[in-house]
Amino acid sequence: MKRVTTPLEKRKIVSLKAGDKILLTGFVYTARDQAHKRLLLAIKQADRLPIDIKGQIIYYCGPTATPKGRIIGSCGPTTASRMDEFSSALLKAGLCGMIGKGRRSKEIISAIKRYQAVYFLTYAGCGALLSSFVIQCKIIAYPDLGPEAIHRLYVENFPLIVGIDSKGGSLF
Amino acid sequence: MRKIKTTVIQQAVSELCIRANTQLRSDVLSALKIAYNRETKAIAKDMLEAIINNAIMAKRERLAICQDTGLPCVFVELGNSLRIVGDLRRAINDGVKTGYKKGYLRKSMVTNPLLREGVSFTPPVIHLEFIKGDNLNLTVLPKGFGCENKARLKMFLPTASVVQIKQFIIDCVREAGSEACPPFIVGIGIGGTADYACLLAKMALLEDINKNKKTDHIVGRLKKNLLSEINQLNIGPMGLGGRTTCLGVNIRTYPTHIAGLPVAVNISCHALRSATIKL
Repeated sequence: MKRVTTPLEKRKIVSLKAGDKILLTGFVYTARDQAHKRLLLAIKQADRLPIDIKGQIIYYCGPTATPKGRIIGSCGPTTASRMDEFSSALLKAGLCGMIGKGRRSKEIISAIKRYQAVYFLTYAGCGALLSSFVIQCKIIAYPDLGPEAIHRLYVENFPLIVGIDSKGGSLF
Repeated sequence: MRKIKTTVIQQAVSELCIRANTQLRSDVLSALKIAYNRETKAIAKDMLEAIINNAIMAKRERLAICQDTGLPCVFVELGNSLRIVGDLRRAINDGVKTGYKKGYLRKSMVTNPLLREGVSFTPPVIHLEFIKGDNLNLTVLPKGFGCENKARLKMFLPTASVVQIKQFIIDCVREAGSEACPPFIVGIGIGGTADYACLLAKMALLEDINKNKKTDHIVGRLKKNLLSEINQLNIGPMGLGGRTTCLGVNIRTYPTHIAGLPVAVNISCHALRSATIKL
């Protein structure tokens, strides 16, 4: 089990290998389909992004509503391949990590290599369990998107597996 | 003639939405436990353990099993000698809305499918069947879209062989791979029309996955062969390999036209959720 914190450092990223079990502590940003579309549009128009993504991790997640007395609702990963068409541009802009479920395209694997990034997997379909590793949750952009808004989460010992490492090594 | 008020229906639908989303079906949970004991690959066992723990925690804390609380599919079986007093569609719609809100579930619907606007809990997709008697059976199946995206239909030639059909189904599962949250439950609809085969496939997911219902020889054998061959695909939990790719295969058939043979596949993720009530 390796421990990883955010923001990610290149030195740390290159030490991670596909199949490594990870416990992540630090901030991650949720974003799914529509938030990705907006982030890409902002990059294209050279607008300022609502978050500084340099060294950060995007978690492909749209949580449920937050029950009374809890920090967050159920919050597991969504299918990563739907974000494939957007991820290269974000990696180019400095994004260092992604958390999701499932395979990625060849283009994304080479972009991960090129920009020395990492793609993590986490327990798919286990949103209740994963909510117990979230210590803070705040909506910081695109609130009109509802569950697809960008949430900033502070996670502690969040369980991950390295799916695709910075050398292009992949579990799939 | 027996009468039933729509307020009773609305309340029942609301409770079904919460129950389906927070309490994993017992047949699925027991299949997961059997799979956990049988699985030999460490990472697959680890994943199955997380899935089982997730289900236990969701029930205990009344949390959604999965953050994708699905597109609510509501199956209505309406007795011929029962009279609904009020607007049934509205009662179901309002029941979904109140249940999803009360259960802190997710707004996963967009009102406009092309503009992607209007995030909401509703509307559900409602299927109506008529039955004998004066009962009203309601089932809520919140269908997650990671797996719904992998639904497939093929209109086979009427002369197609069972081997060809089996191959198509296996190809669908292979293609679904890690994105649809394996281990899967595979629903198959054979016969009817293009649209009806798709409905049969989805309704097949409502049946107990551990029970072998009475069926003809050919369907029984197809079901058994599919389960064993899918489990040899080595997709495994989370797509990381292992012998647990499929927890169950259910097949529903219906008479069809002499010129065709529709076959539909509806895959469910491991979080197959549904809840039923008889009113």
